[in-house]
Amino acid sequence: MKEMRFDAAVVGGGAAGMAAALEFAARGLTCAVIEREEQLGGILMQCIHNGFGLIEFNEELSGPEFAERFEEKVRKTAITPLCSTTVIEMEVEGEEKVLSCVSSGLGVIRLRAKAVVLAMGCRERNRGNIRIPGSRPAGVYTAGLAQRLVNIEGYVPGKDVVIIGSGDIGLIMARRMSWVGCKVHAVVEILPYPSGLTRNIVQCLNDFGIPLYLSHLTTNIYGKDRVEGVEITPIENGALMLEKSFKIPCDTVLLSVGLVPENELSKNMGIEINPMTNGPYVDACLMTNIPGVFACGNVLHVHDLVDFVVEEARRAGAFAAEWLAGKRGGKEVRVKAGPNVRYVSPSKVAPARDNKLYLRTLVVKNDAVLEVKLNNKIVRQVKKSHVQPSEMITLTLGQAELEAAASAPDSVLEISIQ
Amino acid sequence: MSQELICITCPMGCHLTVEKVADGELSVSGNRCPRGVVYAREELFAPKRTVTATARAARACSGEAACAPSGEARLGGAPRRVPVRSTAAFPKDKVPALLEAIYALEVELPVESGKVLLADALGTGIDVIATRSIR
Repeated sequence: MKEMRFDAAVVGGGAAGMAAALEFAARGLTCAVIEREEQLGGILMQCIHNGFGLIEFNEELSGPEFAERFEEKVRKTAITPLCSTTVIEMEVEGEEKVLSCVSSGLGVIRLRAKAVVLAMGCRERNRGNIRIPGSRPAGVYTAGLAQRLVNIEGYVPGKDVVIIGSGDIGLIMARRMSWVGCKVHAVVEILPYPSGLTRNIVQCLNDFGIPLYLSHLTTNIYGKDRVEGVEITPIENGALMLEKSFKIPCDTVLLSVGLVPENELSKNMGIEINPMTNGPYVDACLMTNIPGVFACGNVLHVHDLVDFVVEEARRAGAFAAEWLAGKRGGKEVRVKAGPNVRYVSPSKVAPARDNKLYLRTLVVKNDAVLEVKLNNKIVRQVKKSHVQPSEMITLTLGQAELEAAASAPDSVLEISIQ
Repeated sequence: MSQELICITCPMGCHLTVEKVADGELSVSGNRCPRGVVYAREELFAPKRTVTATARAARACSGEAACAPSGEARLGGAPRRVPVRSTAAFPKDKVPALLEAIYALEVELPVESGKVLLADALGTGIDVIATRSIR
């Protein structure tokens, strides 16, 4: 068994992991990035479409290009990338965290670090998660799996496709499958509005004349050995209209029904998970309930843009480096998701400095107002021309808004959308 | 007469309202940056899309593992496809022809990200480049 020791260990070598690791390297701290795939880059490597890096690099890149820019930076530092290596357990041992890893090249590794940044990303929800009735034929894939098969492995998983769920990966795959010669017959969404970005509805569905069935539920999957079709049922006023059900023949079903932060390792370590985000509860420094363990990127909450992921990861890395240098957080104010807000991350802010917050709305609304209240007093109002649950809202709050919290005990910050 | 468009230049997805003012002139509102105006003009008069796809990786036979018989399932390991993109938005009506040209490519490995695989594709002045280095 190989023993290794670093100032910091980053679990996951995607965009978040690389961005966090670079912060340690910039401060002269030793750091390992543990990645289960053969190369760094994470999910970006199969996201060959463009649209990445608009904020970060001020240009539109494909996923692999975005990843490669970070990988090049990582290679220029003393960061130790451990690829083809899986963390199987994390424990706290006194001041240290011990990560048990299995590596195809190095065998079993016990890696000790004073700080850990969780950057494991998220996983797709699958058929079992949404309980679609019907038989169990071949031909049902999650959209991300199909994306990997088509874009990296070079296999097209079917010919006639129905996509369930209108998440971004599903929409991107509708275009991708059309461009490799498949016929995409429909995208079926249970909600009355699409869950992917608007631009993807335009360029991935409308361009190809693919019908989007909103407020429709997939009520059956047919087929014995291979998928033969799906049954779709409209929902009206919350009720299933079974008499209006119809069948769409297809040989392939792709599921794009949401992402779940991958926190099995975190839970086993004793990290508390926020049921609204399925990611860890973190304080204003992005630190979990275990001192020295930080979280960022999609393992914390699912982001829409990689640019937001790296921005958050940089802060997590910087906070973790400060923590390693002995700096401990000062006073913090609890953040509460108010009316029409699904969640706010992180769940605490520090009144003494600027705080970057990410939030998601529960409603689709034009001319909305984002309202920030500190102890029931409005401290900030922001006009939003359009809000929808699929588009994350960012907000920075600083001393100007949070000043009153410095003196009042048990302050609460509430963010709502009116 | 006004028309509603959704700008797809970036993931912001601005909801544009476009009005034809005088001959060929447009008045655009709802855009958060100047690119919205450019998008509206192009979308109405000459729509374009950035094309991203993959091309076949022609792997030189250098060992047993690399020489797996074609058609054999070989998940994991070296990627079999090289991701590519057009260096600029491509005329929408020529996208099917461009895809055909990309699928006919055979990319020699190793390849560096940014390498031009199809120069001046279909005479548009737009190149198709590799977007991943495979070494």
